[in-house]
Amino acid sequence: MSKEKTWKEVSIAAIASKSSVGFLTGDWKTYMPKHDTEKCTNCLVCAMLCPEGAIHFRPEHNKVEFNDNFCKGCGICANECPVKAIVMKMPEEEK
Amino acid sequence: MSTQEWKFTAKDIAAKPDLFLSGHRACAGCGPATVLRLIMKATRGPTIVTQATGCMEIVGSIYPYTSWALPWLHTAFETAAANASGIEAALKIMRKKGKIKDEHVDVIALAGDGGTYDIGLQALSGAVERGHDFLFVLYDNEGYMNTGIQRSSSTPIGASTTTSPAGSVIPGKLEKKKPITDIMLAHGMEYVATATPYYWKDLLSKVRKGLEVDGPAFLHVFSPCPRGWRSEPAKTMEYSKLAVESCVFPLWEAVNGNRQLSTPSKVIALAPQKKKSLKDYLEGQGRFRHLFTPQNNHIVDEIQQATDERWQKLLRQCQTSQP
Repeated sequence: MSKEKTWKEVSIAAIASKSSVGFLTGDWKTYMPKHDTEKCTNCLVCAMLCPEGAIHFRPEHNKVEFNDNFCKGCGICANECPVKAIVMKMPEEEK
Repeated sequence: MSTQEWKFTAKDIAAKPDLFLSGHRACAGCGPATVLRLIMKATRGPTIVTQATGCMEIVGSIYPYTSWALPWLHTAFETAAANASGIEAALKIMRKKGKIKDEHVDVIALAGDGGTYDIGLQALSGAVERGHDFLFVLYDNEGYMNTGIQRSSSTPIGASTTTSPAGSVIPGKLEKKKPITDIMLAHGMEYVATATPYYWKDLLSKVRKGLEVDGPAFLHVFSPCPRGWRSEPAKTMEYSKLAVESCVFPLWEAVNGNRQLSTPSKVIALAPQKKKSLKDYLEGQGRFRHLFTPQNNHIVDEIQQATDERWQKLLRQCQTSQP
């Protein structure tokens, strides 16, 4: 792997070389969103209001998918879900 | 402005790839991060974004990472609008000389409330006066949050910040919030609007309208900040909804100076019993906690009265400016 350039070597107007998609922020969270697909009506309010863009709609399965790699566990989705299909839980509570 | 209105559904928007990418380092529950994601979903073609220093500039561009999937230019705190005018002028001349393809490129300038209300106001005023074709988006989190929650001229009266701390001497900030949209309207702009992320459809259509305008457009987006407001991260969007419902931040748009209430606020104007009390909005925000003590209770009433007066004034303005 080539060595990353330092700030002295890059051009005057710095050019960011990597996409932040490579920087996973998922380990910031304490609580995890648990999604109940039976209650979900696919209104996509969660996907719209997520600050991280961690909630995606998959038209092929007709369901909402959560990306744990980026979710910071803020709980906006659980708070705004009109049918309460999302609850925030500690990861160990899962089982 | 095109006569055809942009129609979209939640699924269309969800299917559109993000241009403000995941992996940015905003706090959990960041309001402005949602705002930026949504704004970028409303772009219509080639777009260049220029951003003044502020929270969202920092979190999206920590070297060597970038959260922007489109040309993005960082600039000094005061020059978001000056930069946007430069970009627009450069595009014009390069197109004329045949150096770039002959197609329209949208320019969006992004700045926080510090970069708009205080530091960037003269650059913005100048750029608007010169009539450059760009959309200026102000994401207003009511303070200088990334440097440690200092007051700005956008911080509302009564809010406690690190430079207006509530205590035995003062009950939070003593001065009112500056009416930035009135200032921008006074420039005679073709399009000025206010929006919040909770009403995302309203926000997206306003961004698109702002881009379609042939000239400068200004969009004021209310973006709660859980860190600076000392509120729960999960309630960020709830506060952006309560601000509209309690008429602290009414939603309206002004095309050629004609102010019209947008649907969420029009509902309250038509059915005043739906208006929530200011207390619902202030409660739960740590920056207003000191107002709920016996010696400061009168301040809540004063703010409520001022809010009501502002709302009535807006209603009058919207009525008189009906076409």
